[in-house]
Amino acid sequence: MLNYVIRRLAVAIPTLLILIITCFILMKIAPGGPFTSERPLPPQVLANIEAKYGLDKPQWLQLVDYVKNIVLHFDFGPSFKFKDRDVNDIIAQGLPISLTYGFLSFVVAAVCGIALGVTAAIRHNTWIDYFAVSLGIAAQALPNFIMGPILILTFTLYLGWLPGGGWNGGQWPYLIMPVIALSTSFIGSISRLTRSSMLEVMNSNFIRTAKAKGLSTSTILWRHAMKPTMLPVISYLGPVFVYVLTGSVFVDLYFSTGGLGQSYVGSALNRDYSVLLGVTILYGSLTVIVNLLTDLAYAWFDPKIRF
Amino acid sequence: MFGNKLENMDLAAEVNELSNAQGRSLWRDARERFVANKAAMACVAVLGMIVAFTIIGPFFAEWSNEEIDWDRMGAIADEGAPSFENGHFFGLDDLGRDMYSRVIQATTTSLLVGLIGAFMALVVGTLYGISAGLIGGRVDAIMMRIVDILLAIPSVLVIILLLVIAGKSFFMLFIALGAVSWLTMARIVRGQTLTLKNREYIEAARAAGVSEFTIMYRHILPNMLGVIIVYASLLVPDMILAESFISFLGLGISEPHTSLGRLIAEGAGTMAYGTLWQLAFPLFFYVTIIITMFFIGDGLRDALDPKDR
Repeated sequence: MLNYVIRRLAVAIPTLLILIITCFILMKIAPGGPFTSERPLPPQVLANIEAKYGLDKPQWLQLVDYVKNIVLHFDFGPSFKFKDRDVNDIIAQGLPISLTYGFLSFVVAAVCGIALGVTAAIRHNTWIDYFAVSLGIAAQALPNFIMGPILILTFTLYLGWLPGGGWNGGQWPYLIMPVIALSTSFIGSISRLTRSSMLEVMNSNFIRTAKAKGLSTSTILWRHAMKPTMLPVISYLGPVFVYVLTGSVFVDLYFSTGGLGQSYVGSALNRDYSVLLGVTILYGSLTVIVNLLTDLAYAWFDPKIRF
Repeated sequence: MFGNKLENMDLAAEVNELSNAQGRSLWRDARERFVANKAAMACVAVLGMIVAFTIIGPFFAEWSNEEIDWDRMGAIADEGAPSFENGHFFGLDDLGRDMYSRVIQATTTSLLVGLIGAFMALVVGTLYGISAGLIGGRVDAIMMRIVDILLAIPSVLVIILLLVIAGKSFFMLFIALGAVSWLTMARIVRGQTLTLKNREYIEAARAAGVSEFTIMYRHILPNMLGVIIVYASLLVPDMILAESFISFLGLGISEPHTSLGRLIAEGAGTMAYGTLWQLAFPLFFYVTIIITMFFIGDGLRDALDPKDR
């Protein structure tokens, strides 16, 4: 097991390095920059500004500095647009917010999706099954940016029950709509996956044996069927967490939560490349870590995989 | 004994007909299974109607997608509602443009994005995966490591990054969508190639002196076409979703072009003023397309994937 973890880490670290370098090169070949505006700056001023941000050094040295700062000091450099904040400040301010409801949405999606899928599979070919399946498909066709407007329309504009946006220290009324908006489509996909996986397991030989032994339905379900059912679901949960992170870009923007997504889209529109890069690299790193955790969880759940 | 010649001729014709009967190819089996799938067939019909609507619809439009209805522009909430009398079947948008024409334009864009994105994934992913699988060894390891690294970056962020860096345009959007969608396809195709390339019939072909290239496109490619088609069909809604998400954020297609995500964003922005039709029509087309694509993909999988029977 330890060997496997080390081997996976040995792959993950160069992956991250290549990610950083690729993003940096992309940023450098991009036309225009944070200081290009309709009214061009005098050359002397531009030179001074570039010297301040270290942009006058040779490209490769800039790259080395950038990578070194990230690896050694976890420092993503200054923002080109906001003079008073660097990328670290922006991340420190936004990430906890994005992660809070990102994590909540992930838990809600996993719990509701698995519960719905298992219920459908147990009551296979009854009206409960059909209801759960149609619910799952409908949910899957409602991604976060569709759910957002629908929720605001219903709960803020017509019913007036929930605030239409903001964060307010993460009080629960402010959390409900972002979490529902983010988790709905994943409830759909997780429930469909769980259902088909469970149906396959329930048709397998060892379940028939268990039934023949006269075990009770609940014992069969929880002791025998649950673990193999969860295997494909777990390998899907890793990507779901990444999707939730990406989806939070929208939720931040639409519900004005002040999360990382707002800065991300803002920086994309402002060509504030250092923020854009920093957040991309951060999300990339989170993805690599989550994939690693998923694989480890998978190994733990599946008795056939041992390292 | 041979007196009844006419009867014999009939019999001979009958025998001939029987021996000429079509063999049951895998594709024919798959087609029959797909046609028997009522949900999938219904969805094909609905999707067909939407496609027909995007083609025939413009002939019935009384306003183009760029014309501004100056008379009603000031009072969209009161006079901009859908009506047959003034020719705005789906109402007006916030700037006084005809929603009917805009929705047709957006639906066309979204369908094209889905198809072209999936097609690019199909071509690039298949070529990449099949080469990695066939060459094998160290080249394969390096090629797949590259895919792993690229897969580690959230795809929407890659699309945003590419669109920001290279500028927003239709061409760039397709490139960006293609750039993220081929990765999983490459993995699937490589896996398939690895299992297929050690089969007996490939060995037999090789022993008979068939060239590697011919083996690839005559023997390996047709055998995994089913899997490729299934995955590509599941990619189409993914592509439409990704494009809409980016357009919703304002980073995708820009005016005068529009897509369903863009229209939904505009409708969502103005819904507080009571102009719900601006949200409802694009939303209806969007959700219908996504749901029908899901069912068609599922139907194709049931029909083509021999494992799940």
